[in-house]
Amino acid sequence: MARYESLLDACGGTPLVGLPRLSPTVPDGAPPVRLWAKLEDRNPTGSIKDRPALFMVREAEESGHLRPGDTILEPTSGNTGISLAMVAKLRGYRLVCVMPENVSAERVQLLRMYGAEIIFSPAAGGSNQAVATAKQIATEHPDWKMLFQYGNPANARAHYETTGPELLHDLPTITHFVAGLGTTGTLMGTGRYLREKVEGIQIIAAEPRYGELVYGLRNIDEGYVPELYDPSVLDRRFSVGTRDAVLRTRQLVEVEGIFAGFSSGAILHAALAVAHEAVKAGKRADVAFVVADGGWKYLSTGAYVGTLNDAEEALDGQLWA
Amino acid sequence: MAIEVRVPTILRSYTGGAKIVEGSGGTLTALIDDLDTRHGGLKGRLLTPEGGLHRFVNIYVNDEDVRFLGSLDATLNDGDSITILPAVAGGALGFAAAAAFLGI
Repeated sequence: MARYESLLDACGGTPLVGLPRLSPTVPDGAPPVRLWAKLEDRNPTGSIKDRPALFMVREAEESGHLRPGDTILEPTSGNTGISLAMVAKLRGYRLVCVMPENVSAERVQLLRMYGAEIIFSPAAGGSNQAVATAKQIATEHPDWKMLFQYGNPANARAHYETTGPELLHDLPTITHFVAGLGTTGTLMGTGRYLREKVEGIQIIAAEPRYGELVYGLRNIDEGYVPELYDPSVLDRRFSVGTRDAVLRTRQLVEVEGIFAGFSSGAILHAALAVAHEAVKAGKRADVAFVVADGGWKYLSTGAYVGTLNDAEEALDGQLWA
Repeated sequence: MAIEVRVPTILRSYTGGAKIVEGSGGTLTALIDDLDTRHGGLKGRLLTPEGGLHRFVNIYVNDEDVRFLGSLDATLNDGDSITILPAVAGGALGFAAAAAFLGI
């Protein structure tokens, strides 16, 4: 389908493309092992977050939580804010984003372009400062609404109802699904759907491992596990460091022509690991993974060029996924 | 050969500031016990009083989450690389802000 009533109707339905050059070579006569990329950068604002943003707003409208002219408050590190800004603009809401100041300049410009207002929480202050900022805002504006993507079932439902069925339709032979782990919505929703439909499917999480600044908690008890997270949906969970994520992101564009953000490189790293295991085991595999967004918003980091050491340094302390 | 353990900033008070320490053990439980003999108190931060892995502690063996490898019973080998991280996932600051806003 190529014609839609509005931009919101054009959300989802993204292409699944094969990676013939990055898929591992199998010995003669062995079953094929293939990698497939779901290009979520083809969504209206260029990331997978358009799906949950649209579902969360629709659900809030239907339940009466959101009323015309309301202000939505979103503590976000980027893509969800951009998606919500677009949806809020088209549906008539005001959006205020609270975000750490160590996100890329492109994200800030995009948000402002879509009409969102931004309140920065200092990166150096760590989560304690963000907590203080959020508390202050909450006190001053008790009428502002939050959609809370980390615990909102509509986030996972967006993927259960759209991403999962699209994958199964386009790749009925799917054996592995690999995606990034942040709010956990993509993996929980898509993972649950595929588990119900595909016997023996492996659901694999790739979690970005940031520089130390990002883990600036005062103690372990300040940690946080998203309410949506249910480990029983997953089979494995990989932690992928900045260096591997950058290396794979560069391979994606250099070898297959896919210009993606760094979280997609981290996801590809985990996808390649399971693909190579399948080759070793002599098993057939169709490994589908998520390209969560394009690389445009990260160009200013400089991490697409130069040595890997330079790139690692450039991304240190940044929320690159 | 020993097992290399990467310690996050917030737990380095137990390792004299060291970012990487070495230990040994055939399972994660054995490794944690071994580490605690030289870095007293570390075990108490990684495990709950009931003996399970702390909810907000993630431990990775060669970059894979140990909770999917048998948790504390996961088998370890010499040369393995262990990473300990607090559970914050992506957008840590966003989480914290959101949690505070909702009063959780």
